[in-house]
Amino acid sequence: MALLEVKNLDVGFDTPEGEVHAVNHLDFSLEAGEALALVGESGSGKTQTVMAILGLLAENGHVSGQALFKGKDLLQLNTSELNQHRGNEIEMIFQDPMTSLNPYLRLDKQMIEVVRHHRGLKKAEAIAKAVEILRALHIPDPSRIIRQFPHELSGGMRQKVMVAMGLLSEPELLIADEPTAALDVTVQVQVTHLMGALRENSNAAIMLISHDLGIVAGLCERVLVMYAGEAVECGSVEQIYYDPKHPYTQGLLNSIPRLDQPDEKGLKAIPGNPPNLLNLPGGCKFRDRCPKAFDACSEKPPMQADEDGHAYRCFLGIPA
Amino acid sequence: MTTNADHPVIDPFAAALSVSHIKGRSPWQDAWHRLLKNRAAVYSAFIMAAMLLMVVFGPMLISWEPDFTDWDYTSTPPSLASGHWLGTDAVGRDLLVRTLTGGRISLMVGLVATLVSLLIGVSYGAIAGYFGGTADRIMMRMVDIIYALPFIFFVILLMVVFGRHILLIFVAIGAINWLDMARIVRGQTLSLKNTEYVEAAKACGVSDWNIIRRHITPNLLGVVIVYVTLTIPQVILVESFLSFLGLGVQEPMSSWGALVSDGAQDMESAPWTLIVPSVFLTVTLYCFNFIGDGLRDALDPKDHL
Amino acid sequence: MTDRIMRVQDLSVHFKLREGGLLRSKTHTIKAVDGVSFDLDAGETLGIVGESGCGKSTLARALLALIKPNRGRVLWLGEDLNKLDEEALRKKRQDMQIVFQDPLAALNPRLTVRAIIAEPLWTFFPKIARVQVDERVRGVMKMVGLLPNQVNRYPHEFSAGQCQRIGIARALILNPKLIICDEPVSALDVSIQAQIVNLLKDLQKKLNLSLVFIAHDLSVVKHISDRVMVMYLGRAMELSRRDHLYKKPLHPYTNALIKAVPVPDPKLARAAIDRGLTGDMPSPLDSPSGCVFHSRCPFLIKRCQLEVPALRRMESGDWVACHRAEELDLTIGKSG
Repeated sequence: MALLEVKNLDVGFDTPEGEVHAVNHLDFSLEAGEALALVGESGSGKTQTVMAILGLLAENGHVSGQALFKGKDLLQLNTSELNQHRGNEIEMIFQDPMTSLNPYLRLDKQMIEVVRHHRGLKKAEAIAKAVEILRALHIPDPSRIIRQFPHELSGGMRQKVMVAMGLLSEPELLIADEPTAALDVTVQVQVTHLMGALRENSNAAIMLISHDLGIVAGLCERVLVMYAGEAVECGSVEQIYYDPKHPYTQGLLNSIPRLDQPDEKGLKAIPGNPPNLLNLPGGCKFRDRCPKAFDACSEKPPMQADEDGHAYRCFLGIPA
Repeated sequence: MTTNADHPVIDPFAAALSVSHIKGRSPWQDAWHRLLKNRAAVYSAFIMAAMLLMVVFGPMLISWEPDFTDWDYTSTPPSLASGHWLGTDAVGRDLLVRTLTGGRISLMVGLVATLVSLLIGVSYGAIAGYFGGTADRIMMRMVDIIYALPFIFFVILLMVVFGRHILLIFVAIGAINWLDMARIVRGQTLSLKNTEYVEAAKACGVSDWNIIRRHITPNLLGVVIVYVTLTIPQVILVESFLSFLGLGVQEPMSSWGALVSDGAQDMESAPWTLIVPSVFLTVTLYCFNFIGDGLRDALDPKDHL
Repeated sequence: MTDRIMRVQDLSVHFKLREGGLLRSKTHTIKAVDGVSFDLDAGETLGIVGESGCGKSTLARALLALIKPNRGRVLWLGEDLNKLDEEALRKKRQDMQIVFQDPLAALNPRLTVRAIIAEPLWTFFPKIARVQVDERVRGVMKMVGLLPNQVNRYPHEFSAGQCQRIGIARALILNPKLIICDEPVSALDVSIQAQIVNLLKDLQKKLNLSLVFIAHDLSVVKHISDRVMVMYLGRAMELSRRDHLYKKPLHPYTNALIKAVPVPDPKLARAAIDRGLTGDMPSPLDSPSGCVFHSRCPFLIKRCQLEVPALRRMESGDWVACHRAEELDLTIGKSG
């Protein structure tokens, strides 16, 4: 049984301007110990997918479908039932280390709060555990760091502490929402290495949300590419990077500026803009920007898969 | 070579429309639509409109004069038979017409004093905020000092020196209220000054005056409008308080505060003399507050997707 | 024959920060920009790269004389910008414009697109006829890839990429010689980034513009720059021709930046075992002594802690501020 299985997930928001369809009929699964990346740009729905699964949607959001965690549908649980899993088997690392830590509490207090609640550890035990994890992640002088306040640390260090916090309760599923986006490049490297060390030190499955295809390449085994709230391609990281089948994935990979490519070609951009989520077009949502669109694309394309488990939502490649 | 400069369809959405200019939807229009969806604010607006009409035209339609003492019907409770629909006070003056004429004074104080505080406060705050530096520091320290003065003391002083003229009350109240407005406007100006579009304007060589006119003021209006709407009830209440203390409008003129003060004295024997002006006052305050809250929500860009 | 349009000499912008209370106070000096020098030719793109705190945004504003420097000069076509009186400086602003990082925040939400783009025109040609304004606004909108029939719309009705195009249109309308782009694509999605970078490249070719392109991402800068300057804590570490910098950087920090760019290739990404730089950026309040980079440099020697290395010219024509520049071989691809 897969650790996390998402079936037919729909997430929408009621706004004064109308209904925003953030996620449409999303299906995917995550095995224990596996690292999956949710890749997409703004408006792709990747963050809202995770928010919905964890019950963190905004007031005006509604969700339907199933999110089976070890067989139990998280979407059907009420807050207290959900809290038994959140912070326990499921942990989340947020994007902005400046705002995800409470500036008024010392780090040790914040770090042990959740694990004490779930595991009932004594304060000293919990702190010792936190220090141990910080050390395993190669963070220098952990027992001093842990006594400091968030503002006394740099952004990179704060994010590393967040990663350590995520590991403290030995979760089975660790969700990281753009963990390196707010960091300097040289610090990104450190945090990325950290997440690699994390994989060595724990059996947690990781769901990495990112728009940065460079980071995803180094960390994950499987990739799910999202566009306008839908999954457009899913496969192993090698399949996605070396043999992308969906035109959006291809366009995305082509538009990344790369250091190892000659630059006389210029960057290949995807023309146009992402669709308006208030007013999604029918048929294939990528149609207006697709260089390979043809007549059939006015219908909604099915998700087709080959034997290696490489799936993509497109009419191309389907024998006529 | 770009792949999209040649691409004929930049925004398929727009291309589907005709070539003639598309009318945009300004942030003001958006705010207006949002405001209309706020039921409390809309109902309050209607009630206030009705109140204004009553207060302005009501006394003309009612047969009683506000200072006419009907000796036949002193301290009568509300009744249709007596012709005094909301009753009379201790000397037989019709309560309805007194309340409505009192309402004229209260609302006028609210509007005029707010206007005074608006004019002084906005210019003071905008100048302090925009030019910053020593000028700002001195100007705001003066605000702090004036703020520290006890208000009642100041009003009594004015009354003693200049007499109890109605205009003076407007000025006194306005003279105190502008301080808050100045602080708010200064704060808002400070944050607007640091926006990138103001920086862009400076980089384009736009003059200070034009920056204030085109960039700062329109973006200030939102905050100012909300604050003005919330200041009006504040001012009415202050006037009521002054009248209650006996420092407000003089007889034969009356305001809601004065009426409440009078009514409080006869509270046990003629409770309607207290209840009627209090209800009018309370309803007005509530309405302005709902409208102000509604404006704040409507103009707050945070809800924008 | 290249024409030099801008010369920056030993530019420094320092901010004083007073810390402490009534009785004891300490004044820190934040050297946001410290002794930066470079030349810029017509039609050239200079990329400026650095991480947070390196001073690139402060430098951008100092180049436009929006901030007054404490030391050094900015010469525009031979004239010292900071010696000009207010009116003369204002006139020069026609020739140098700026594009900002946050596309939406750079546009006044209460003005229509037409007003936003036309404002520079009104400022310098107050008597200009409405018809002419319309013509020029539409012309420049077409140039940046916006449909002219959108003129009456408001910024919030556009996407981030389109807002950035509006910002570029505003910068172009006075036919400037130089546009300073302060992280123009950092806030945009990858696929839109590529559009805007291509647009800027195109415009540069068509209009013989000079660009100063500021970014924290080395890979974006590579596609648009002729030369690249790398900054760290307010100082220039290296200033090299584009091809030289990416193949064989001269400075250890440049080397670290290049290695830190995540490669979108699973096999290569896995093979990268380099841990990168240790530690964090030092606080600008206590700049390290000697070379500002010494606290994180893998090639540190004693001299680096004591003596500030000057930006000096190497045989290749490139500039580097490192005591060990001659002996280090930082060719990309070689292990070490």
